[in-house]
Amino acid sequence: MQSTDIRQPDYFHKVVDCQWACPAHTPVPEYIRLIAAGRHADAYMVNWKSNVFPGVLGRTCDRPCEPACRRGRVEETAGHPPEPVAICRLKRVAADNKGDVSALMPPPPKSKNGKRIACVGAGPASLTVARDLAALGYDVVVFDGEAKAGGFIRTQIPRFRLPESVIDEEVGHIMNLGVDFRSGQRIDSMRELLTQGYDAIFVGCGAPRGRDLDIPGRHEAAKHIHIGIDWLASVSFGHIHSVGRRVIVLGGGNTAMDCCRSARRMGGESVTVVVRSGFDEMKASPWEKEDAQHEGIPIRNYLVPVAFIHIEGQLCAMQFQKVRPEIDANGRRQLLPTGEPDVEIDCDEVLIAVGQENAFPWIERECGIEFDRWGLPKLDPKTHQSTVKNVYFGGDAAFGPKNIIWAVAHGHEAAVSIDKMLHGEDIQDRPLPATVMISQKMGIHEWSYGNDITDAARNKVPWAPPSLTLNNIKVEVELGFDQNLAIKEAARCLNCDVQTVFTLNKCIECDACVDICPMDCISFVANGEESDLRQRLTAPALNLTQDLYVADGLKTGRAMVKDEDLCLHCGLCAERCPTGAWDMQKFLLEMTHAGPGCRSGAGLTVKVAA
Amino acid sequence: MTYLAKPKLHHPSLKPNKVGFTRRDYEGRISTLCAGCGHDSISAAIIQACWELDIEPHRVAKMSGIGCSSKTPDYFLGQSHGFNTVHGRMPSVLTGAYLANSELLYLGVSGDGDSASIGIGQFVHSMRRGVNMVYIVENNGVYGLTKGQFSATADAGSKSKKGVVNTDSPIDLVSLALQLGASYVGRSFSGDKAQLVPLIMGAIRHRGAAFIDVISPCVAFNNHAGSTKSYDYVREHNDSVNFLDVIEGKAPIEVEQPADGSLIEVAQHDGSILRLRKTDPDYDPRDRIGAMNFIARHHAKGEVVTGLLYVDPDAVDFHQHLGSVGTPLNKLGTAELCPGPTALDKLNASLR
Ligand SMILES: Cc1cc2nc3c(=O)[nH]c(=O)nc-3n(C[C@H](O)[C@H](O)[C@H](O)COP(=O)(O)OP(=O)(O)OC[C@H]3O[C@@H](n4cnc5c(N)ncnc54)[C@H](O)[C@@H]3O)c2cc1C
Ligand SMILES: Cc1ncc(C[n+]2csc(CCOP(=O)(O)OP(=O)(O)O)c2C)c(N)n1
Ligand code: SF4
Ligand code: SF4
Ligand code: SF4
Ligand SMILES: [Mg+2]
Repeated sequence: MQSTDIRQPDYFHKVVDCQWACPAHTPVPEYIRLIAAGRHADAYMVNWKSNVFPGVLGRTCDRPCEPACRRGRVEETAGHPPEPVAICRLKRVAADNKGDVSALMPPPPKSKNGKRIACVGAGPASLTVARDLAALGYDVVVFDGEAKAGGFIRTQIPRFRLPESVIDEEVGHIMNLGVDFRSGQRIDSMRELLTQGYDAIFVGCGAPRGRDLDIPGRHEAAKHIHIGIDWLASVSFGHIHSVGRRVIVLGGGNTAMDCCRSARRMGGESVTVVVRSGFDEMKASPWEKEDAQHEGIPIRNYLVPVAFIHIEGQLCAMQFQKVRPEIDANGRRQLLPTGEPDVEIDCDEVLIAVGQENAFPWIERECGIEFDRWGLPKLDPKTHQSTVKNVYFGGDAAFGPKNIIWAVAHGHEAAVSIDKMLHGEDIQDRPLPATVMISQKMGIHEWSYGNDITDAARNKVPWAPPSLTLNNIKVEVELGFDQNLAIKEAARCLNCDVQTVFTLNKCIECDACVDICPMDCISFVANGEESDLRQRLTAPALNLTQDLYVADGLKTGRAMVKDEDLCLHCGLCAERCPTGAWDMQKFLLEMTHAGPGCRSGAGLTVKVAA
Repeated sequence: MTYLAKPKLHHPSLKPNKVGFTRRDYEGRISTLCAGCGHDSISAAIIQACWELDIEPHRVAKMSGIGCSSKTPDYFLGQSHGFNTVHGRMPSVLTGAYLANSELLYLGVSGDGDSASIGIGQFVHSMRRGVNMVYIVENNGVYGLTKGQFSATADAGSKSKKGVVNTDSPIDLVSLALQLGASYVGRSFSGDKAQLVPLIMGAIRHRGAAFIDVISPCVAFNNHAGSTKSYDYVREHNDSVNFLDVIEGKAPIEVEQPADGSLIEVAQHDGSILRLRKTDPDYDPRDRIGAMNFIARHHAKGEVVTGLLYVDPDAVDFHQHLGSVGTPLNKLGTAELCPGPTALDKLNASLR
């Protein structure tokens, strides 16, 4: 194998599994250390810079970082089931305890740059664009048909998961930058908008249409059957206060989970979730399913809706066909009828949460914005530019429904494109993220990070008692970690950003690092092809998604090969190395955001955050 | 200074051996030696060898004297018995322990100062008596613990860190052990575990005095240019005569015997097979005198001969020499220990 080029920002970035997996590349271990040090405001600002909505995300994020977290891999031998660090809920700790951060927020720009940007929709994607660009002096106008900004964060996510005050605060930070929010103004015509002289338009209108289910009885019993996302919005706006006694929720995604838990709080005594697929294939996250079950909501799988049963429009039950999964010749899963009699489940009300669709009725086809055959805009996946040069898409409107953190990531990228375009630059030519490496060595056995590895299991977030939460939809279920639990949980983080950095010409091949490494990461072997090397190491390197760090050309002719997979970042290799060939260096990665840093000549210079 | 304990987490591919332990279970406390010390690599090799041989830790007694090397038993086999003797006196304490209980595995770990300087008299007698033990000298040519004075194994002409040249003749412990009748003799290098681990395994499976001289660079006081015990010097002058595989079990996998006779198999008394691939065609590790000559010739050329240098699979050990009772004293009952006046009369009569 070629020696690893550790100057490529991606190499060490990948080692920080959580940060790599986070669409916005939030420097997770950096903020976790700040939380452990009680520096909540600083931890909040590290988040705010990357993901704009730390308080919201600390409660609701889809957390792609957690399945990626190294902790979930290394704990296999800890004597309890391996679990990732509670990255998301630690974020909330920073938000809950930060105090007043207004002084840390960027001030509204003193002067404007004369460029005008329109954002359609005030969801997280548009708000990210607005934050990134308003701070730079752009005039940003955000339109939304609703009265308040926030998009689905405000209208869909139920209050028992996300109090409105958190949304108000974080939307407020953005509006304080001088964003012009036009509430209650739905854009009805793109053609019209294009004539209003905006320098760029960002479309962040989401995926607003819930799929329906066209089966017998749907029309006749319509009064008792609702589209999930519309129903949740009505609940959120206070238009709906109650639900039938027996409720069926159709669907296995997160909308279904929010529907069933909301229904449970609005008088639904018997709420059942019915899903076509199996339990493991459901789109909802494992913790969402757990939360629903925890509240006494059964989930019934492998049942396909056949008909709504009603007596003269009065819904009384639903009929389902029983199916079983089978892998067909092409390796695809199919659901085949089992041949057993259909199942009937009694109900008074049904919520349909079987998916969302994009809809752009307000974008006239003759504007030049092209759509693909799934009705999604044709976009450059990197720049988010549509077929009209100054129109960009992001969030659920871009590539179909995703989640908040993806919407934020899209917003950052679109803002970079807009900023570059309006500076007359090639928007394809985007500088790599800037990186800084700082040695953590303080003394022979002292490091400026906590490297004493605990094998403690993941801490559970305490919940408010069901007697409180099940009777009032506005009572937040999760109480969040208190500071004590937060410190305990933070200690589980392995500081994967503190990298093992190897200097070839310092190594005397004494084997001390090989002997001390608790995870058998390090080997000194004859070089070879990657697949062959992976088998010949101190311990086999079986996780192909994790890189080998190779430094070839030692005095004995061998190569140092480190399997990054299970490294604990304990620094024992560096501590036992007599020559300093290993060093533990903190890797800070500065994502390229809109502003001078994304423009040409930005190079790799970096400002280091405190 | 704070020493972190090594995390208990380990690689999931680590397998337990026949007695239910992973390699990590054979570790001891975290080393307090200088980072990069060869002695730590030897500890790691001992750990590996014991794991591979399914040794039960509570059946091992680690014996050592004084020195950095003699401190290492704290850093491996944390669940075994151990005894730190007075400087240079490990061999006699080990001999005594062995006489009292021959059923434990005796692992003597010593330094070149401990064994070749102050303890040379003790070393010599334990070898010639054929005490059933594994005796490892972690040889760095200096008194590491007392800050790097030359020891008795330092080569004449070797330069100290401060530039002083050693003029005394060195003691070659391997040659001495051969001459004194040790029945398993090897030399290796702390930086070459592929060679060292099987050598230790073969020694553990040997009956009789097994001696291994392991060159083990002292990074603090003897790893500079001009030293003959540095990583670089040993790597450059290493003359390895064979590769050893220790094969256990009833039916070892047969290998084809090459026509040039470069493969030798030696069966030890416990059934284990030492399979040696010669890298030097002239070397026969079953020939004690040949070995001594070979080592002397190569030493004169400045080469460090390593590998399994001599083995006598039919050796008898100290208890057999003495005709003493092999049963551990703690397992003998009153009847055996006080056989009564008739037995005493018989004994007295035999001495008249
Ligand atoms: C029930 C439910 C629960 C969810 N829970 C989570 C969760 O816990 N975590 C998570 O990460 N994600 C969750 N999501 C997904 C998440 O809400 C979305 O992925 C995210 O909000 C998308 O952001 P966006 O900026 O693209 O658009 P949205 O948030 O959808 O905002 C679009 C905004 O545009 C406005 N708009 C639309 N058309 C126009 C127009 N023509 N003119 C003006 N304004 C317009 C809409 O009124 C809306 O306010 C959930 C979704 C649903 C439905
Ligand atoms: C009776 C006695 N004399 C002298 C000493 C001082 N002393 C301690 S360790 C040592 C030398 C150890 O050398 P070696 O056995 O080579 O061990 P190393 O530290 O090099 O591994 C000496 C002379 C002592 N502890 N006891
Ligand atoms: S252990 Fe910490 S730094 Fe490593 S992946 Fe998990 S959260 Fe990120
Ligand atoms: S930091 Fe070094 S010693 Fe610790 S697990 Fe990683 S490679 Fe091994
Ligand atoms: S401890 Fe340092 S000098 Fe020794 S082998 Fe490892 S990297 Fe090389
Ligand atoms: Mg010594």
